[in-house]
Amino acid sequence: MIRDLVLQGVQMSLVLLLSPLLTGFVRKVKARLLRRRGPPLIQPYRDLVRLMHKEVVLAESGSWLFRVIPYIVFAATWVAASLVPTFRSGLLFSWSADLIAIIALLGSARFFLALAGMDVGTAFGGIGSSREVMIASLAEPAMLMIVFTLALVAGSTQLSTMAAYMASVGVGLRVSLGLALLALIMVAIAENARIPIDNPATHLELTMVHEAMVLEYSGRHLALIDLSSELKLLLYISVIGCLFTPWGIAGADASPAALSIGIASYVGKLAVGGFFLAVFETAIAKMRVFRVPAFLGAALMLGLLGTLLLFVSGSL
Amino acid sequence: MIAYALYGVAALIALAPVAVALAASPRATSTIYWTSLLITLMLALVAMLSLLRGTSSAVTLPLGLPWIGAHFRIDALSAFFLLVVNLGGAAASLFAAGYGRHETRPARVLPFYPAYLAAMNLVVLADDAFGFLMAWESMSLTSWALVIAHDGDGENVQAGYVYLLMASFGTLVLLLAFGLLAGADGNYAFEAIRHSHPSAALAAVVLVLAIVGAGSKSGIVPLHAWLPLAHPAAPSQVSALMSGVMTKVAVYGFVRIVFDLLGPLQWWSSMLVLAVGGVTAVMGVLYALMQHDLKRLLAYHTVENIGIIYLGLGLALAFKAFGMEVAAALALTAALFHVFNHSVFKSLLFFGAGSVLNATGERDMEHLGGLIHRMPQTAFFFLVGCVAISALPPLNGFASEWLTFQAILLSPHLPSWGLKFLVPAVGALLALSAALAAACFVKAFGVSFLGRARTTAAAKAQETDSNSLAAMYFLAALCLIAGVLPGLFIDALAPVAHTLVGARMPHQAGLEWLTIVPIAESRSSYNGLLVFVFIVLSGSFAAFAIHRLASDRLRRGPAWDCGYPDASPATQYTASSFAQPIRRVFGTAVFRAREIGEMPPPGAMTPARLTVDLRDLIWDALYAPIAGLVGFAAERLNILQFLTIRRYLTLVFAALVLLLFVLAVWQ
Repeated sequence: MIRDLVLQGVQMSLVLLLSPLLTGFVRKVKARLLRRRGPPLIQPYRDLVRLMHKEVVLAESGSWLFRVIPYIVFAATWVAASLVPTFRSGLLFSWSADLIAIIALLGSARFFLALAGMDVGTAFGGIGSSREVMIASLAEPAMLMIVFTLALVAGSTQLSTMAAYMASVGVGLRVSLGLALLALIMVAIAENARIPIDNPATHLELTMVHEAMVLEYSGRHLALIDLSSELKLLLYISVIGCLFTPWGIAGADASPAALSIGIASYVGKLAVGGFFLAVFETAIAKMRVFRVPAFLGAALMLGLLGTLLLFVSGSL
Repeated sequence: MIAYALYGVAALIALAPVAVALAASPRATSTIYWTSLLITLMLALVAMLSLLRGTSSAVTLPLGLPWIGAHFRIDALSAFFLLVVNLGGAAASLFAAGYGRHETRPARVLPFYPAYLAAMNLVVLADDAFGFLMAWESMSLTSWALVIAHDGDGENVQAGYVYLLMASFGTLVLLLAFGLLAGADGNYAFEAIRHSHPSAALAAVVLVLAIVGAGSKSGIVPLHAWLPLAHPAAPSQVSALMSGVMTKVAVYGFVRIVFDLLGPLQWWSSMLVLAVGGVTAVMGVLYALMQHDLKRLLAYHTVENIGIIYLGLGLALAFKAFGMEVAAALALTAALFHVFNHSVFKSLLFFGAGSVLNATGERDMEHLGGLIHRMPQTAFFFLVGCVAISALPPLNGFASEWLTFQAILLSPHLPSWGLKFLVPAVGALLALSAALAAACFVKAFGVSFLGRARTTAAAKAQETDSNSLAAMYFLAALCLIAGVLPGLFIDALAPVAHTLVGARMPHQAGLEWLTIVPIAESRSSYNGLLVFVFIVLSGSFAAFAIHRLASDRLRRGPAWDCGYPDASPATQYTASSFAQPIRRVFGTAVFRAREIGEMPPPGAMTPARLTVDLRDLIWDALYAPIAGLVGFAAERLNILQFLTIRRYLTLVFAALVLLLFVLAVWQ
């Protein structure tokens, strides 16, 4: 019991500590691809510390909700990220929420963030919220269709069980899994506000979505929101990692050696995922906002197709 | 048990004439509503006791038709719906004890209110077709009287007219359904109907009639047209009852006929219910997204939730037809749990909208804004309702939708090909409607309560009275309890599932940490309590750490807005502009949405205008032709009013001859 609690605690601190590093790594790779030197890897940590020590400048029309939302968003995202198997499956509380509930937790975080965009009553906040919910209204069903596909293959919506099933030899290459992976990557790009959907590095652009929504935040509130976005990126790469590359994840009764292998392979997966993300973002241009529905509609259709294939035959 | 329930109903009925007598007195409002509160609470207690005991009791009274008598019975299903009706009724009465004080025409509301509650109670208690239909029709008529309580407003009268037409149509269809069920011998008691086994063709006809009859009352697409007109027109406590409770009574009618009275059904009948449910869910939320009247938005959103409920019922029918009882129990429990949840959060939201209406005199969201500063408690409770209805954890809306998703994931085992294609599509529709619901309520809460006040009425709003707040507090607490302890509710629904589909979900209350596990733990589990505790703990941890170790300074300043802050609240996003991206994605196909921009030539002083043109295709394709046809026929038949006596006599004679001829041929 104590050991399980400690491992759950390790998982919670691991995701929290690694997520700024992952963002720093993606930025670094992008900079190197553009032949810039780029900020140091630990720059996101420095930004967070700096923001946390600054005072908050709150708009006069901001309400109590505006001040509470960063904590809600952070808490929901952190809980969601802690429930995804990273280096070890079957953690103490892993059964308290399955993949559907994890997706819905992220939905709660987004719901509140969109409300924050509306709170101060500025045009920029409104544009961000309005576009964010438009993107979410397509990305969320697409994600649920992906969950359906994976759950039908693995016979479970529990991430630990799914990871264990995916690691077993009986899975093989399946059309439905390929469709699900493609759709999942598309959804992950949209959910994390990456190019080509949104640009995380921009301000003062009429096309921005996420940054417009959080424009009025400053100081510790902004730090929490930034940390939540970093956690969300880590979460999506972890989900892809534990479902499609479940190698190295330690089992329920693993030795310390297996656990360290688990952590090492997890860090390796994050690095590979971050690297590919950086390459992809550098290679592609941002699309117009009203091209986004076509992009996400394609993800939704891929997910639905995967589910349909499995309804027709369990072996596809 | 049934005796106590009937005493309660009788007390409610007796309250109506008292209200007529008292109407002029200034204390009438509080007397009527507090008495209704007491009676409904007692009825809720009776319902809860009989649901938990799982016993059924029946009584036959010498009322109604002389040779039949009036049968009443309380079993697990009616006990559950009795609980839904009376919890909603109690909350509405408590709310109205404060809200009703502002009523300008109490004499038009007070007598009908207890009668309406009594009629809804009688529908779920009736145990014969005659009593059921009588109660059903009284429910329609009393609510119609409440809808047109403010008949000075032409819109309300119009809404009442459409409602009356649709309600009579629905009752007529149900009358036909019961006529078929009762058979040639006319066995109107439910007990007799249950033991007569109709043929497959007859059962299919009854099913369609039940979908149309009960469905039109609960607002399934395309029979929903009256609902968004009538629900918002009534006073807010009645809107809450109509949307939160009466639609559920209609669901009860459907479940009673299809699951209980009709006997086994063919598998394809479930496809009809599933398709209706999926389409209703998505269309309802899309309609809701296009609204900027707060109460109408809520009414349209009821349509969405009814779709989700029908979807669960359709799944239960499919599983039941193929003998998968446990899966059927899961789907049915999910649907019924959603019935309970929706009645709670929809009433809560209507109370919030009512409080806003009272404080500002506005239902139009474009004239609101910034109410969170003026009405912080109402805003908080409305927010709880918004989170719950958007199916977000850890509140109750998520728990029931999660169960529905789990039921969908069991359906690849269904052997029918039609269902294999339909169920995933319906699952996608459910996922889409859940995501759109969140968008809809970001809009509803964000535009009305957040931002800056758009009108002086909104800027000067006052917090609502303590009774209304108490009612909202009660329902918000129920949202949280049902969200974090869904296992208790699933267990309470077990006897209902057992009587209707012959199996129950596994016992939940004994599981560690009060987790819910629909099938097996390795398959799926969810623990709302732990998720809630985790969120609270990590949020408090973050707040504590930052305030202690870093900075807790705060300075107020003007909004940043990228350096171009505009002093006018008119520059905020409005309800229409917020929905514009979604309207662009979905609206062009569903509503033929068009934006017409009028840009004046350079130098002209006229303002530029942007008009949005939305068409309700269902109204155009279904209702407008029927209305046109009826109008045409009425015009033609009008000449019958102005005939001479000779011609009338000729007509009577011709009719007589025709009837005799038909009779002769028949023999």
